[in-house]
Amino acid sequence: MSANLLEINDLKVHFPIKGGFFNTVKDHVRAVDGVSIAIPRGTTYGLVGESGSGKTTTGKAVMGLNEITEGDIYFQGEKLSGKGKKIGVHRDIQMIFQDPYSSLNVRKRVFDIVAEPLKNYEKLSKSDLIEEVLKLLDRVGLPPGSLYKFPHEFSGGQRQRIGVARAIALNPKLIIADEPVSALDVSVQAQVLNFMQEIQQDMDLTMLFIAHDLGVVRHMCQHIGIMYQGRLVEEGTAEEIFNNPQHIYTKRLIAAIPDTNVDKVERNMQLRRQIKEEYDQHFAEYLDEDGRVFPLRAISETHKAALPVKG
Amino acid sequence: MSEYLLEANNLTTSFKIDGEYYPAVDDVSIRIRENEVLALVGESGSGKSATAFSLMGLHRHARVSGEVLFQGKDILKNNERQMNRIRGGDIAMIFQDPMTALNPLMKIKHQIQETLKIHGTVRKSGRELYTIELLEKVGIPRPERVAENYPHELSGGMRQRVVIAIAIANRPKLLIADEPTTALDVTIQAQILDLIRELQDDLGSGVLLITHDLGVVAEMADRVAVMYAGQIVEVAPVRELFKNPKHPYTRSLLNSLPSEEQLGSKLHVIQGVVPALNKMDREGCRFAPRIPWIPEEAHEHQPKLREVEPGHLVRCTCYQDFYLDTSMGHGEMEKRVEALQMEEGGVGR
Repeated sequence: MSANLLEINDLKVHFPIKGGFFNTVKDHVRAVDGVSIAIPRGTTYGLVGESGSGKTTTGKAVMGLNEITEGDIYFQGEKLSGKGKKIGVHRDIQMIFQDPYSSLNVRKRVFDIVAEPLKNYEKLSKSDLIEEVLKLLDRVGLPPGSLYKFPHEFSGGQRQRIGVARAIALNPKLIIADEPVSALDVSVQAQVLNFMQEIQQDMDLTMLFIAHDLGVVRHMCQHIGIMYQGRLVEEGTAEEIFNNPQHIYTKRLIAAIPDTNVDKVERNMQLRRQIKEEYDQHFAEYLDEDGRVFPLRAISETHKAALPVKG
Repeated sequence: MSEYLLEANNLTTSFKIDGEYYPAVDDVSIRIRENEVLALVGESGSGKSATAFSLMGLHRHARVSGEVLFQGKDILKNNERQMNRIRGGDIAMIFQDPMTALNPLMKIKHQIQETLKIHGTVRKSGRELYTIELLEKVGIPRPERVAENYPHELSGGMRQRVVIAIAIANRPKLLIADEPTTALDVTIQAQILDLIRELQDDLGSGVLLITHDLGVVAEMADRVAVMYAGQIVEVAPVRELFKNPKHPYTRSLLNSLPSEEQLGSKLHVIQGVVPALNKMDREGCRFAPRIPWIPEEAHEHQPKLREVEPGHLVRCTCYQDFYLDTSMGHGEMEKRVEALQMEEGGVGR
């Protein structure tokens, strides 16, 4: 078996644009356009990009929530992308959603929310079920008293932990976290991040961490992929991406993060302006004639970037 | 005339919950000079936006007291008509969410011209041209076309630019920006912040920047006021605040950010949650319940803002004894604190 828990090969997800008199397909939105990602077991892969870059679509495709136009997804060496339901596999892949205010059913109690995956996949007696849910709540640091409460009785951080409890209920192997902290305050964000790291270690989870906040991604992930318009522009270890970015887009993204170090403010702004200029002038060179990003090329063993072919 | 453009003294805004009024903004005093950016920082529920809305007189069902001197005149005493003349004129506001701040049924140019018409800044014949100029100024490409668009035809960044164009249309003396970039991607955020900075240089306006992003604060602000539970707990020049933060809340916030130095280690977690408006203990230091390892004697009974360095004010004496407790990141203690709060039924949002 390969060391990679998840392998995505040349994934394409195109959405049809319909229009005209007969509502026929006029064109396609290439939301994901040839993305390949491999995630080694037990690690966290950060998928970064601006809104509309296709990072969520990629995550959803792995979850089986989007139809795949082309490409393959292998999970533990098993092909996910074919036809037919794969119940067994889908219990091993779970998702944590962005907005803890809308991803929990407001009319269900915490017990029902967390117990739902268990009810779907395992036949447990009511008392066993309650016991199991209590264990999960304890695991995510919620008091037993919350069992019969409704989501609105919790704060944002607590809600996100209910979402996590639901996601880990079936002992999954892969978790897809789609912007899990972007709706939270920094203090609460710290709480949820710490706790996700803890759970990951304890349960030996592999994570696909989708986010637009590079600071958070750097903190959480070993490997990072930067997406732009449905394609990866750069991929590498966190170290390589932050200390040695190659693609102009990555450089610009990193330069745009406001730093809390007041000594560096002037320098950062200068750098940002400089990179912006470079970006405006040279970005076209980083695209092929169809306006698409070039394919990734290896720079080192782990570091790849979509640089134009010189010469 | 006073040396300040805006001077809010003892501003208190109370909201009615179950028949009783509770102050969400509690005795807040802030000052903004011309050409100065004051950042107001805090978690959601700390009263930052409520403060901004109070300054603009936008709260309908709240009880507001204190005084807000704008160019020496108390604008809290103004009636609705006088207020309307100031709003969007001398004081303009950039709202957080560009998706809801614009009227979906009006063309961009009409939304901009509306404010020009109301304030009579530009004559009818010149409005069309001025609108295009404004759009150009906020960095919108092909302004003639965008002017004819409806908000839904624009991206988030473009919409926020339109909101800013409307805000600066009448060359305001004070710009209140309520989380102007929270809904945007980092690269667009950088552009919008640049834009606000440029405009401020241009017009010499004062800016009240409300945000929870400490990186944005470090880049933009001249001075910073940190709010917690309706009160200002620390005020300092920006360098001083980041170099030498005093209040336990400020220090906890700064430490909870993922940073280069902290890679691979646990982030600091502020235990518990912001207390709900109607469940808050208004006696003593409001941050005390979230730093339970600091002995009770360290706190004042009636914490007041005191100057510790020139221009650096801190509320409560507890900062002298405060240290970050790194041993209890996510453990028993936190669970206990939370369990306690849940039993009381007090949850922020």
